Amino acid sequence: MGGLSNDIWQPVRLTVELAAITTLILLIVGTPIAWWLARSKAWWKEGVAAVVALPLVLPPTVLGFYLLVLLGPDGPGGALANLWGGRTLAFSFEGLVIGSVIYSMPFVVQPIRNAFAAIGDRPLEVAATLRASPTRAFWTVAIPLARPGFLAGAVLGFAHTVGEFGIVLMIGGNIPGKTKVLSVAIFDYVETSQWREANILAGGMAAFAFVVILTMMLLEKRTARIGA
Amino acid sequence: MRISKLLRLVAGAAIVSLVASNAFAASANIAVAANFTDAAKEIAAAFKQKTGHEAVLSFGSSGQFFTQITQDAPFQVFLSADAERPKKLEDDGLGVAGSRFTYAIGKLVLWSKTPGLVKGEETLKAASFAKLSICNPVAAPYGAAAVEAMKALNVADALQPKLVEGANITQAFQFVQTGNAEVGFIALSQLTGSNEGSRWVVPQNLYTPIRQDAVLLKKGAANEAATAFMTFLKGPEARAIIEKYGYEIGERS
Repeated sequence: MGGLSNDIWQPVRLTVELAAITTLILLIVGTPIAWWLARSKAWWKEGVAAVVALPLVLPPTVLGFYLLVLLGPDGPGGALANLWGGRTLAFSFEGLVIGSVIYSMPFVVQPIRNAFAAIGDRPLEVAATLRASPTRAFWTVAIPLARPGFLAGAVLGFAHTVGEFGIVLMIGGNIPGKTKVLSVAIFDYVETSQWREANILAGGMAAFAFVVILTMMLLEKRTARIGA
Repeated sequence: MRISKLLRLVAGAAIVSLVASNAFAASANIAVAANFTDAAKEIAAAFKQKTGHEAVLSFGSSGQFFTQITQDAPFQVFLSADAERPKKLEDDGLGVAGSRFTYAIGKLVLWSKTPGLVKGEETLKAASFAKLSICNPVAAPYGAAAVEAMKALNVADALQPKLVEGANITQAFQFVQTGNAEVGFIALSQLTGSNEGSRWVVPQNLYTPIRQDAVLLKKGAANEAATAFMTFLKGPEARAIIEKYGYEIGERS
């Protein structure tokens, strides 16, 4: 790989950072949502579930367009940026994190929700008869039992953020070290006919995707075995 | 069963409509550099009215189209934002030899949505803005011209941390339009018919003229609509439209 400049690794580092932070936020934010979706009896909960799942169907250009406006100086993002003297959250790493959290949310919430739902009422009722408080039961019973769901959610959320392109292209501004993530770097290399670099990054992405999917399949198989 | 029947029906209808459209007038797929979007739409409409042929337009950055054309994209004419890429296509045998000509010379402009913000080169020197949007200097000629102009004014290094890049000139424009960047280098053609904000047309001596060349591609050599479009583009109607959008007309080749 001699002769390759540092610029090829910078997007890789940045992408891993973005995906890791996004996944962490999603695990924190997504868990209560998933729990509520799995346990609530509210009639409108499927409405909320549908909103969470929207990014599955919406083209990234729709989200990119809304984000460009919302993060801008006339939107709430601009007001937020004002707090530290900025004008806009577009073209910033923080802006990408916000976009990624929205974009990857269904990939984290759905598996965790399914895992919570699969537990059923019984184990929690048993915990209650043993005088565990609902909070305690949540931490010591529900969370451990839903572990495969968390694992699947984390892997999918991470992978999906790595694979994000359209939104980043629309709100990122292609700034090296800040918003130039892997997918955008590949687009850039292809547009400027730098195929050697494009090949290296694209090949790496393909290998990464293969490993992720394989991991998911093996994980599923193991979970099925434990369940049986 | 039902679905396959339906598919056959759709395919049949598609073939019929294809054959039918060919019988009356031809159509050509034209790759257009993003800065020429509005002018190209108007030219295509005039072209259709005059010849009956259809010009199907695709918009993007010149770099993107160049890559696609080398990979056998189904374009018959390429209106680039530079002179190099059409020449390269001709040299590589993907363009028809001798078909190249300069259809427009682009003008670079510094624009802001805020009235009074852009005054001239002093705006760049004072740099009292957070973000300056340009388009990708390697893929898009207007981006390269912007960088050249900033270097000529000795502000390139100082402004580097404030630069944000659009994938093409339309996106660079959109960043300014949405207010996410206060100022941006865009094409004068994009401001046609609008007095919004403040602008500074960058003097020609600060950057190499943006000669925008058209080339007939090998795939269009035998296409009536494609060759007719090339001729129309050199004609007086097209030239009037091109000038209206703030371009200079290229010297006759």
